Amino acid sequence: MAASDVMNGTDRGLARERAAEYLLSRHRFRVAEALPWLVAIAAFFIVPDRMTFGSQVLIMVMFALSLDLILGYAGIVTLGHAAFFGIGAYTVGLAAARLQWSEPISGLFVAAIAAAIVGFITGWFLLRYRGLTLLMLTLATAIMLQETGNLRSDISGGYDGLPGLMFKPLLGAFDYDLYGHTYYLYVLAVLAVVFYFVRRIVYSPFGQALTGIRENVRRMHAIGSPVHRRLVAVYTIAAAIAGVAGALFTQTNAYVTLTVFDFDNSAKVMVMLILGGTGRLYGAFVGAAVYMVLEDYFSKLSPTFWQFGIGLLLVLVVLFARRGVLGLFESVGELLTKGKKR
Amino acid sequence: MSAALQVEGLNRAFGALPVTRDVSLTLERGARRALIGPNGAGKTTLVNLITGALKPHSGRVALNEEDITTLSQADRARRGLARTFQINQLFRGLSVLENLCMTIGERDGHCNNLWRSAGSRRVVIDEALDHLDSLCLTDDALKLVRELPYGRQRLVEIAIALAQKPRVLLLDEPAAGVPSSESHLILDVVAALDPDIAVLIIEHDMDVVFRFAKEITVMVQGAVFTQGTPEEIMNNEQVRAVYLGQKGHQGGRHG
Repeated sequence: MAASDVMNGTDRGLARERAAEYLLSRHRFRVAEALPWLVAIAAFFIVPDRMTFGSQVLIMVMFALSLDLILGYAGIVTLGHAAFFGIGAYTVGLAAARLQWSEPISGLFVAAIAAAIVGFITGWFLLRYRGLTLLMLTLATAIMLQETGNLRSDISGGYDGLPGLMFKPLLGAFDYDLYGHTYYLYVLAVLAVVFYFVRRIVYSPFGQALTGIRENVRRMHAIGSPVHRRLVAVYTIAAAIAGVAGALFTQTNAYVTLTVFDFDNSAKVMVMLILGGTGRLYGAFVGAAVYMVLEDYFSKLSPTFWQFGIGLLLVLVVLFARRGVLGLFESVGELLTKGKKR
Repeated sequence: MSAALQVEGLNRAFGALPVTRDVSLTLERGARRALIGPNGAGKTTLVNLITGALKPHSGRVALNEEDITTLSQADRARRGLARTFQINQLFRGLSVLENLCMTIGERDGHCNNLWRSAGSRRVVIDEALDHLDSLCLTDDALKLVRELPYGRQRLVEIAIALAQKPRVLLLDEPAAGVPSSESHLILDVVAALDPDIAVLIIEHDMDVVFRFAKEITVMVQGAVFTQGTPEEIMNNEQVRAVYLGQKGHQGGRHG
């Protein structure tokens, strides 16, 4: 306080300017942000024969990104996020199998809307609760949707699913190829669009309010924030994005089964996000990529015990890198810059 | 003058224990009222009832002549009712500046915007910095709240309440937990508040109370014991007996 008491006008002006500059420039794109996209494009040229796998990685990135919006930013803990992935997956699956609506891009929009509607309705009811209660309720929602599909297996195909789906060529010109090159680029393009949306939201005043709800909900109420409305809004958006990821899953695999609603799927996406780092946008990229690549590697190494490797990795992250892989990088970076200053 | 805040016959119990008993209280525009009473008298509960953090079992709260008894906390806040908490309630993982920008953003409805960058509104940032300036917090603007000493955090708590541009301000022990070397700054701020704002302050330090308040309400065991001017309260034998007599009782400050 003594320092600021004796501080003269110009110093204060400088301090103000510096503080303002930080907030004014925070949302601008940084060079390092190009990295994951360059890696994704490079992969297309380096491992062209693994593009089917690559598409699955990108789909999980999108799924994890949607979870980051609600878990990492708004602090909503859910174990039923697969519900929206599944809604999206079945929307395009059923549209193609039962209604012969097999145009892929319009399918994404319909899937997003369907998932958003389910997200809005369930969110409106469930987001009054927090913590364990919410965890159980979201889990129950996903299971109920799965069992509904099972009950009407005449429509959904039950646990056999909807095999052999046919989708029209992209934009009427680019057809599916054996190595999945077309679909890789398609998924990458959709991911880029979705990411741009999510990034805008995160740096918007609305996104800031979500962080506020995560940090201190009592204070948010006291400053007049309509907390429930904000949570339902972001839950609906995240549901729509998860729906798009699910739709891409069905389109790239040309089949879908009720396993998309599995608890495994909800848990897996959360593990990916925690692995990469929550509330960081790029945690979804790192987490999903690391998880999927290791899963792929371990399952070839030892087809029966591959889950041990993933489990070990999780234990290590929880013990030594609580903020995920990205958080670990940040800590190392901070250590290095501090070292330089001294 | 019209009543900025009017509380009529508020009752609230926690289980079988009545904590607020038939409390009525009026704050005129620009009021400077202190709420005093021994620990456990129900002062903080009353603030929670007024702000809507708790629902009363019976009674009525009106803000600027409008009945707000059934409104949510957020709706009350948007109508100009601000509070500080006895124990800091801040966004600890965010910078001080972000704490203020968030408040202004919610106040002006910017937070409904999902597209425009938060940092693109220079006006908001400048206003936030003005609030910080007036509390000598400019140097801490970019520090995370959790990195600040408790006394400085206390100032952020007040800065947030002021950034809400309230008509009625409820201060729950604003200087609690602040070393006396720093508390003068907080009390100067409180003394210099806009004379149009109606202020209700809960405070244990009698010097502060008598310096600041034009009216004093004394609460004992959930009910209003008496109210009056500082002179009347000071000369009231019964008040001396129940409260002022217990000088030096500054330890556990849980109202």
